[in-house]
Amino acid sequence: MGEAIVITSGKGGVGKTTTSANIGTALALQGKKVCLVDTDIGLRNLDVVMGLENRIIYDLVDVVEKRCKIHQALVKDKRFDGLLYLLPAAQTVDKSAVKPEQMKELIGELKQDYDYILIDCPAGIEQGFQNALAGADKAIIVTTPEVSAVRDADRIIGLIEKQRNMEAPKLVVNRIRNHMMKSGDMLDIDEITQHLSIELIGIVADDEEVIKASNHGEPIALNPNSRASIAYRNIARRILGESIPLQPLEEANQGVFTKIKKFFGVR
Amino acid sequence: MKKRQNVTIKGTKEGLVLHLDDTCSFEELKKELDQKLSANSRTQEERNLFSVKLNVGNRYLTDEQREELKSLIRQKKNLVVDDIESDVITKEEAKRLKAENEVMTVSRIVRSGQVLTAPGDLLLIGDVNPGGTVVAGGNIFIMGSLKGLAHAGCFGNEEAVITASSMKPTQLKISDSINRAPDTMQNNEKREMECAYIDEDRQIIVDRLQVLIHLRPNLNRFEGGH
Repeated sequence: MGEAIVITSGKGGVGKTTTSANIGTALALQGKKVCLVDTDIGLRNLDVVMGLENRIIYDLVDVVEKRCKIHQALVKDKRFDGLLYLLPAAQTVDKSAVKPEQMKELIGELKQDYDYILIDCPAGIEQGFQNALAGADKAIIVTTPEVSAVRDADRIIGLIEKQRNMEAPKLVVNRIRNHMMKSGDMLDIDEITQHLSIELIGIVADDEEVIKASNHGEPIALNPNSRASIAYRNIARRILGESIPLQPLEEANQGVFTKIKKFFGVR
Repeated sequence: MKKRQNVTIKGTKEGLVLHLDDTCSFEELKKELDQKLSANSRTQEERNLFSVKLNVGNRYLTDEQREELKSLIRQKKNLVVDDIESDVITKEEAKRLKAENEVMTVSRIVRSGQVLTAPGDLLLIGDVNPGGTVVAGGNIFIMGSLKGLAHAGCFGNEEAVITASSMKPTQLKISDSINRAPDTMQNNEKREMECAYIDEDRQIIVDRLQVLIHLRPNLNRFEGGH
């Protein structure tokens, strides 16, 4: 029986889809059977980030409305040997096309066959969010070191905490710019974790490579030389409960050091 | 054998008190009250109004019955009902009173969009994040940081205070006064162990916690033990 993790943020544009794609990829690299579910119905783009757009035949709404079987709609990622699948969102209808109970049933079914189901949640707290949350056991909150993103994350955490049968959410701080954090122009990790007071499961630096990779339809996690990739892989290993002790602060410090070195090195 | 009187009038230091028996029916009581007040009636015109107190013992009076008694007495002579005292209250009232006098202890984080309400005093072990709201009928004590909105004395208690280990609210309300944070807050400013209260000019003042010792001595629940 697998585990369903919803990846959400409240605010748009903080990197939910990128995070979903990369954690999914990293988990698959660890040999887990992963299914990515895009619940951003009407504005799907997880398939684009994964580079699987042109293989979509059926979508989530087709499955829910029983126009096809689940396995027909799942898009297999050829880069992984049957480990990574994507259930794409529909593009022609909107979020009201699916009900939370239907999502719950669908995720329940997927859990039979996969180790991890990553649910990419749409922005906002309306129906789409409720749908994404319906089948999930755990949640990962993505935020950036911006006041507005943290505020929305706070709201989302409040909503998730109200859900019964869901574990306390974990936090990913995305798009960290170290020089800004150092100079105090950006919220620092400590401030964010203290404010939200949930467990930090990973931090990801702002990296142009991530954008490049997304545009090529290749999740950055596939590239072992990028810092962001390592960050995503670490998150995946922490999800697996692997031996890496979760020491976000030291991790952050390490990040700062290497970044500073790099910063001066470049100059 | 003569029946016991249902209505007795007594003069005390505070003025006239009408003791109304609590074993007879309300109708009987009204009748006797009516008789008694009429019988005693002496022609004392142009006298000042007397205020009297009613003591109804273990009788529960509804609001309508209270009004009825008041108007009945008002019609007779120059008496005005000042206060009605009853030894009984409804369970509901008792529960409300108990809730209002209790300190509700809550241990959680009030996050953006959440509202935490307490009928009486509120002791919050945790933070109030920006966008979160705490409302209390009495005082609000926050052992954590207050970064959202706090409304103490929401039913009009102007004596209510708000205290926080870290006082960085977006807005403070006490009774119907409002105070908001200055637009240019120094970010590094430490606002630790502070309290907010309403001063004589009905302004919300934020000050050190210790000033409350003198300003609100009635915060003390602990009696004796010097």
